[in-house]
Amino acid sequence: MEQTVTTANLDATVAALGDAVNDVRVFRDEVTLITTKGRVVEVLTHLRDAQHFDMLTDETCVDYLPKEPRFAILYQLYSTSRNIRVRVKVMLSEYDRSIPTAAGVWIAANWLEREIYDLFGINFENHPDLRRIMMPPGWEGHPLLKENPVKVEEVAFTFNRERVEADKPRAQE
Amino acid sequence: MTTSEAEPRVRIEESAKNVVSAADTQLDITLDQLKKLVSPRALTGENMLLNMGPQHPSTHGVLRLLLELDGETVINCIPDIGFLHTGIEKTAENKTYTQAIVVTDRIDYLAPMICNLAYVGAVEKLVDVDVPLRAQYIRVILNELTRMNSHLVWLGTHALDIGAMSMFLYTFRERELLLDIFEMVSGTRMMASYFRVGGLWRDVPDGFVDAVKNVLKVFPDKLLDYEKLLKENPLWRERTIGVGVISKEDAIAWGMTGPSLRGSGVNYDVRKAMPYSSYDHFEFSVPVGSKGDVYDRYRCRMEEFYQSLKIIQQALDKLPPGPVITDNRKIAPPPKHEIAYSMESLIHHFKLWTEGFRAPEGEVYFSVESGKGEFGVYISSDGGTKPRRVHFRAPSLCNLQALPQMSKGCLIADIVGIIGSVDIVLGEVDR
Repeated sequence: MEQTVTTANLDATVAALGDAVNDVRVFRDEVTLITTKGRVVEVLTHLRDAQHFDMLTDETCVDYLPKEPRFAILYQLYSTSRNIRVRVKVMLSEYDRSIPTAAGVWIAANWLEREIYDLFGINFENHPDLRRIMMPPGWEGHPLLKENPVKVEEVAFTFNRERVEADKPRAQE
Repeated sequence: MTTSEAEPRVRIEESAKNVVSAADTQLDITLDQLKKLVSPRALTGENMLLNMGPQHPSTHGVLRLLLELDGETVINCIPDIGFLHTGIEKTAENKTYTQAIVVTDRIDYLAPMICNLAYVGAVEKLVDVDVPLRAQYIRVILNELTRMNSHLVWLGTHALDIGAMSMFLYTFRERELLLDIFEMVSGTRMMASYFRVGGLWRDVPDGFVDAVKNVLKVFPDKLLDYEKLLKENPLWRERTIGVGVISKEDAIAWGMTGPSLRGSGVNYDVRKAMPYSSYDHFEFSVPVGSKGDVYDRYRCRMEEFYQSLKIIQQALDKLPPGPVITDNRKIAPPPKHEIAYSMESLIHHFKLWTEGFRAPEGEVYFSVESGKGEFGVYISSDGGTKPRRVHFRAPSLCNLQALPQMSKGCLIADIVGIIGSVDIVLGEVDR
């Protein structure tokens, strides 16, 4: 389905950012600026202050296993005055799962980054309150990583019910 | 009383340990983390830490709040979410594009068809397929009915929280009219899953148009009743005006959307800003508040009822005939009768139901205006039949995030009013 997305004047935005932006990709009229971990806060601050992208709509992570760099952190920005969207993307290596926080740029990044930390195990440097947000406190690991299977417990049918019931984790006394 | 220097400090540490262990075993929070969240007075025990929820009728689900109180004044409010986390994003990653429509109903279970539209819209954008106009119009009608459904539940529970019980009974009575229509088209009252990639599951049945016309006839009077009960009610105004104020700039910085943002005076509605599903064919206005308090958010939602009725009326008048699903056989299954005589259709049918369709490699973000705000879907595809990653941008999560700021300095009784006014659904917050 089509959705009208204005991408006018983004060339000027890219030019103003200079060498902080490594690559610009356009897919289905959506513009993605690719930058590096070291300069992401600078790019986001510039987009907020000089380019009027005042709203951080969304921030999320993608696990590209088995590719390397393995993770991508995505910032979906929206400008209420210009009515345009832009996406900023940072690739992260499997061996260095940390990135500076964007909570200093948009306060909205606080919980969104906590969610990424909880579900993907990405560490946000200088985050004001980096705690688990979705999973229970005792849960080990990060569920949205590709190495975690979707089904851990076997489904109980009539022929295997007794065995499955016996293996089920129970609350400890 | 002896006052040595070391003693008060010991007392503070001891008391703080008690606070952490007694009030907060479930937050899994260390003392250092708690110190950043509450004021020093809470650690000495001068301010009270009170647990609210997750099992609480006024938190609209399983929201838990840790409140720091000075008397009845809220000093700090720390929301604790995740009790309804069901791993919907993980589930959607492991299903084909068509299968995952079912889980989108469960995100915002009060507005299932809006979530359906956001998801199928994102997939349609990814595979680049056109939707017939009739399907688009029916989607608009159902989306506006869903929005009214969502707002009716909000109005009833919000008023119930503040103490107007009869409102709840009236709104749930009218909600039946809408649920009957959903049952008519999809077979279920709540978890519709009626939209498919490329169109609709099937055309609307006979009697759909009459049922929607009945809604258009009945609702204006009912809305008048709702207005009579609350709009000028001095008790209601006393409890809502000037409560939970958030400024325009703060609301944008917190990423708030929907009526919660518009109540603060920002005119941002995805239906107008980036029209989808032919919303640009209809005339409607976006109600905007000015003060950003609970009353303005209430007014915005009430005005949206009238705008929804206006859109439905126009869509019904202009409803074109024709197919309701795309004829692209690589995306949408062929009609049953074709399978009987066409080998190619049989192959398409078999491939679609065993494997699903392949989407090109790439990433898209598609958003719609839900009853709560901007509901967005991000899909990253690796070129296969299942997405690499699906992420749902839940408006309730971002709106709820601003709750600590809105509730700072208010009375504990006003907290329930503020929670009601941002209209959260915990299924969407936790996903």
